[in-house]
Amino acid sequence: MFDDLYQEIILDHNRRPRNCRVIEDTPHHAEGHNPLCGDEVKIFLKMEDDRVVDVAFQGNGCAISTASASLMTEALRGKTLEEAHELFGAFHEMVKGQNPPESKDLGKLQVFSGLSDYPMRVKCATLCWHTLQAAIEKRKEVVSVE
Amino acid sequence: MTGLGAESIRDEGYQAPASIDPMAIRADFPTLHQEVYGHPLVYLDNAASAQTPQSVIDAIVRFYQNDYSNVHRGVHRLSQVATDAYEAVRRDVKQLLNAADEREIIFTKGTTESINLVASSFGERFIGEGDEILITAMEHHANIVPWQLVCERKGARLRVVPIDERGELLLDELETMITPRTKLVAVVHISNALGTVNPVKRIAEIAHRRDVPVLVDGAQSVPHQRIDVQELDCDFFAFSGHKVYGPTGVGVLYGKSRWLEEMPPYQGGGDMILKVTFERTTFADLPNKFEAGTPNIAGVIGLGAALEYLQAIGVGRVRAHEDRLLSYATESLGAVPGVRLIGTAREKAGVLSFVVSGIHPHDIGTIVDRYGVAIRVGHHCAQPVMRRFDVAATARASFAMYNTFDEVDVFVDAVRKAIEVFS
Repeated sequence: MFDDLYQEIILDHNRRPRNCRVIEDTPHHAEGHNPLCGDEVKIFLKMEDDRVVDVAFQGNGCAISTASASLMTEALRGKTLEEAHELFGAFHEMVKGQNPPESKDLGKLQVFSGLSDYPMRVKCATLCWHTLQAAIEKRKEVVSVE
Repeated sequence: MTGLGAESIRDEGYQAPASIDPMAIRADFPTLHQEVYGHPLVYLDNAASAQTPQSVIDAIVRFYQNDYSNVHRGVHRLSQVATDAYEAVRRDVKQLLNAADEREIIFTKGTTESINLVASSFGERFIGEGDEILITAMEHHANIVPWQLVCERKGARLRVVPIDERGELLLDELETMITPRTKLVAVVHISNALGTVNPVKRIAEIAHRRDVPVLVDGAQSVPHQRIDVQELDCDFFAFSGHKVYGPTGVGVLYGKSRWLEEMPPYQGGGDMILKVTFERTTFADLPNKFEAGTPNIAGVIGLGAALEYLQAIGVGRVRAHEDRLLSYATESLGAVPGVRLIGTAREKAGVLSFVVSGIHPHDIGTIVDRYGVAIRVGHHCAQPVMRRFDVAATARASFAMYNTFDEVDVFVDAVRKAIEVFS
């Protein structure tokens, strides 16, 4: 019944989040908060010449927000900033149901396509991406999605 | 807890002589008769907003179709009819709360505005630098933030009476925290996040021994128990229409006239004046002094119909039914492995807050919704309560007169299914 949202890959990344750690010595880190449900996430990035060489997160939240952050870190490694930006754009359109999910190759992130049927939960999945944006820009204020 | 098994509570519920017939009541509530994702709607978000019976909807429609006009100022027939209907509800509310005088009943847009009115106006007149306002650790944000704003404006200090592990107020602490600087005690009657029923009569006795007035946030209590403001002896009492089966955007502030008379107006405008010149305005008497501008007339009419409905069923019988539902749900849900109940006060009403180990409340809420079960998940506008119990959020089922034992079963089954998804 919940195959469209709580797919095995999401449940797995919720149970065993990847890259769930702190990266020390990087200016690229930011905090995000979803005041609606209390989800919190911290994103850490290590950049070399415009390329993401390491990315990690720490957080406290629902299965969707945890799995989204975990899958995001996997998808970003090795990407240029421009590619990361494009990925966020395509992801955002997919979860909002604005684009057919097949139109862009989102790889594993495709598992979130079912979110477009759950508009109240879209922000759970995009919180980490908004926080990533802040980490790239080295913004200090807490990102809030509301 | 009663100590009875879930089944015996259920049986007792159906046989008790004072019980109401929720199936008959459900016929009066059109919203309840629908399917959500192919399942019959199980509406357990009543502490946020209760559904409205047809009689309330009809009263509002009838008013707009037949009697609609502005109140108080017209000399024409319709204005008289509208004014009479509006003022009749004031008398109904006076009777419901057993206020001494209908001038003590102020219509607002809800509990939040009622509390803001007192914070702003009472605060302006009676709170100064170094003074203290006492609240509790289980308040809704609506009974925290207005006082913080006053404290900031006046240089006063907000103090918070702690609660224990069960979610009960520490009355001894409250007593010792009242100082000569305390200007007001503001306390919730029934906690929306925990279900705790506070002993507000006792709190008023304690505060009054030190000449400190008491405001009671009654948003959750009016639909669940008889209120007698003279017996409670509270100085202010606030509640909302949409939690008592009435419309949104309307609420009530009761205040003892001795305070209201001394308090300055909250807002200026039409209807609240006796005489206006550019040099000076003379304000109207109570209650108009606090009702600037055209009020929510249709909302007040709807509130009147809602109170009539509630009183016809009998709030005592409603509470008895809800208590049995709560006991049954507490037993059933409490037996599910991994479930932790948040708020286990000995005196509880209407609310069952819980968390499940390893599953975020938002995921529970989304999954049970797919079985047609509407519950609330999140911090319930009571973030300090969440911190007190060391949780980010809880899931909350809250009960009304039209809920059934079968619905509790559907709800508990849906929670079990959510746990299966994550197992």
